[in-house]
Amino acid sequence: MIPELGHFTLVLALLVALVQGSLPMLGAARGRADWMAVARPAAFLQCAATVLAFAALTWAYVVSDFTVLNVVQNSHSAKPMLYKVTGVWGNHEGSLLLWVLILTIFGAAVAGFGRNLPPSLKARVLGVQAWVAIGFFTFMLFTSNPFERIWPAPLDGNDLNPLLQDPGLAFHPPLLYLGYVGFSIAFSFAIAALLEGRVDPAWARWVRPWTLAAWTFLTGGIALGSWWAYYELGWGGWWFWDPVENVSFMPWLLGTALLHSAIVVEKRDALKVWTILLAILTFSLSLLGTFVVRSGLLTSVHAFAVDPTRGLYILLLLVIAAGGSLALFAWRAPSLKAGGLFAPVSREGGLVLNNLLLATATATVLLGTFYPLFVEAFTGGRLSVGPPYFNATFLPIMLPLVAVMAVGPMMAWKRADLAGVLGRLKFVALAAVLAAAATWYIQEGGPVLAALAMGLAVWLFLGTLWELGERVRLFRVPAGDSWRRARGLPRAAWGMSLAHAGLAVAMAGMIGSSAWKQEEVRVVRPGDEVALGGYSFRFDGAQRIQGPNYLSDTAPLTLLRDGRELGTLYPERRFYPVQEMHTTQAAIRTNGLYDLYAVIGDPQPGGAWTLRLYLEPLVPWIWFGAAFMALGGLVSLSDRRLRVGAPRKAAKAAAQPAPAE
Amino acid sequence: MKRLLTLLLVCFSLPALAQELRLEDPELEERARDLQREIRCVVCQNESIDSSQAGIARDLRVLVRERLQAGDSDEEIKAYLVARYGDYVLFRPPMRPETWLLWFGPAVTLVLAGGGVALAVVRRRRRAEGGPAALSDEERTRLKRLLQEDSEKGGPA
Repeated sequence: MIPELGHFTLVLALLVALVQGSLPMLGAARGRADWMAVARPAAFLQCAATVLAFAALTWAYVVSDFTVLNVVQNSHSAKPMLYKVTGVWGNHEGSLLLWVLILTIFGAAVAGFGRNLPPSLKARVLGVQAWVAIGFFTFMLFTSNPFERIWPAPLDGNDLNPLLQDPGLAFHPPLLYLGYVGFSIAFSFAIAALLEGRVDPAWARWVRPWTLAAWTFLTGGIALGSWWAYYELGWGGWWFWDPVENVSFMPWLLGTALLHSAIVVEKRDALKVWTILLAILTFSLSLLGTFVVRSGLLTSVHAFAVDPTRGLYILLLLVIAAGGSLALFAWRAPSLKAGGLFAPVSREGGLVLNNLLLATATATVLLGTFYPLFVEAFTGGRLSVGPPYFNATFLPIMLPLVAVMAVGPMMAWKRADLAGVLGRLKFVALAAVLAAAATWYIQEGGPVLAALAMGLAVWLFLGTLWELGERVRLFRVPAGDSWRRARGLPRAAWGMSLAHAGLAVAMAGMIGSSAWKQEEVRVVRPGDEVALGGYSFRFDGAQRIQGPNYLSDTAPLTLLRDGRELGTLYPERRFYPVQEMHTTQAAIRTNGLYDLYAVIGDPQPGGAWTLRLYLEPLVPWIWFGAAFMALGGLVSLSDRRLRVGAPRKAAKAAAQPAPAE
Repeated sequence: MKRLLTLLLVCFSLPALAQELRLEDPELEERARDLQREIRCVVCQNESIDSSQAGIARDLRVLVRERLQAGDSDEEIKAYLVARYGDYVLFRPPMRPETWLLWFGPAVTLVLAGGGVALAVVRRRRRAEGGPAALSDEERTRLKRLLQEDSEKGGPA
């Protein structure tokens, strides 16, 4: 009964979305306020219906209702409750439902907080949101219904893929989707602006916080996914340039560009057309990321044809969403008025360079990710595009970006004095050169790229601090004055500094782990000691432990340094009987500067085990850095909330909308 | 996603021979590692033979070392592997007419986009110059001085 309710509310949500996507749009075109006013209640109703549908599916998972096909395929009665709940989105149908749930919640948020939006803009934004939702609802109802029943019901389910039974991966998709879907708001605003034929700073004041929120979530989601890969896949890698990673990375890259260009629209009323285009492309890439992962297109071309209805539907949706909005852009963009002027050397100019490099980097990832498909389609040949390609093409684009990142924030709007800015950064430049030289010296030659990149990371980190120091006039005025200035700085400035410094920290982590990783692989018997990086690991024999729904072989490793016991590491190898799968659980001990990473492999005859040990220098910094970046986003967002929608001259009387909630 | 994970899993669950032959010559060993990172484990999902635990990856690691010891160059080893498994085995796609777009695409994009931006800037400045009355030389120097003072102050946020 409850699954039927879920199915029913899903259909209801689709019907409401159809109304929301048509009537308010028509109303906006004909200037009928009563039609436009439909959008608000419709967005609430659509959200409520989707919440109910999601609750119904969650219920089916929680009580292990094995008459629901989706539950049978992805759950098991012995699964811990946490993974019963997260299993709701650990599959194709359920994750679509989560996606559209977030979409409708965001839509309702726009409806709720958007009281001071011009009515026609609001009606159009919600209308576009509804059309995105319609695409998802129909996709679900026609090809991937999560509420499909199965009869007779099996006694138990097939269990969730064991790799997904992990806290890291359990919360990776929701964060990722919050990011993807957040960009849908920027997209809807972009389409609505094209329909309106008008972009003004008030528009940017709305788009920016949503973009910022989406970017923050996406940063968190990607970092969480990478962290998961690091500790779960068992060889200490954290980024593989895998197609599945790349498709989530592309919206992040372009979203970062959008974030920066939206600043220019807001502050200087320039780059409007470009920002609209970025909003459309970023969301199109989010859609691509959502669907390509499911279509099987990237892992194998044949999987695309295996389920022709699903694959074709996906293709159709993408073509309509991306193609349609780009066509609209081509038609309407020329009518948008160009705004403020600026000299090439200026804050705006720096942000244009940022956009240029980020857009090129996105294009590079896109090219590398999809090229094998094109080659196979046109010549039938099979190619691999792997890390060596991306290192050779992506890094040369990103390193100059890092170089200008330290300079950009110090430039003045409209027209800046580059030589003056560089002069102010001379001590930072000196420190960066020293850091590069020191790196070069410590690693005794070694990879040139590592030394260069380390110098750049230091340049960015210190440059960011220096900019902050100048703003609060540190050491030039008494410390108390500096403190007051620091408190008075807008939160957005703090957010930027945090995010930029975070990238520098993450960069150092990436360099450390790629360039100076140490490893040791051995077959060990109880009592054996393995040395790595000044530490010694003593293997004391493996034990078999029964978990809630798995069997575990745990191998306690005593960690020693100079004969002193420091503690014990517990690497595990788990066997999930329902899916007949093994997973590895790495044991990681970190001191904040480097990780000691241990994995056990397969049992060998005579009580021996394969042991893989890694010393991963600076790796924790990758996630510290990512956390700083996300924190920067949040801090900046808290600033927006206070000021958004209240341009000093125009809408003083309007209520504060706080769209970022 | 699931498919990928399953494939990944295949690579981890196959028995791995842990203690592999390490080449005594550290220079050769380093070359072996560098090569391994560029060679794809053909049964895995997007993994190099360096990190993969699949049986075939182990065989290829042994093969790479044997060939290196026999005195083959890196290129010869790659050519040998390509002859057996095709270009698919290389993570660094070979430079050929059908991969020109792949290899030069990023640089071409950057140049075209950069050119487009430069053109837009020039056009807008020209249009702007045609607009309001031009400043006299005296006004221009004064403006420059003012702007300079402004940027020295750090400019408005």
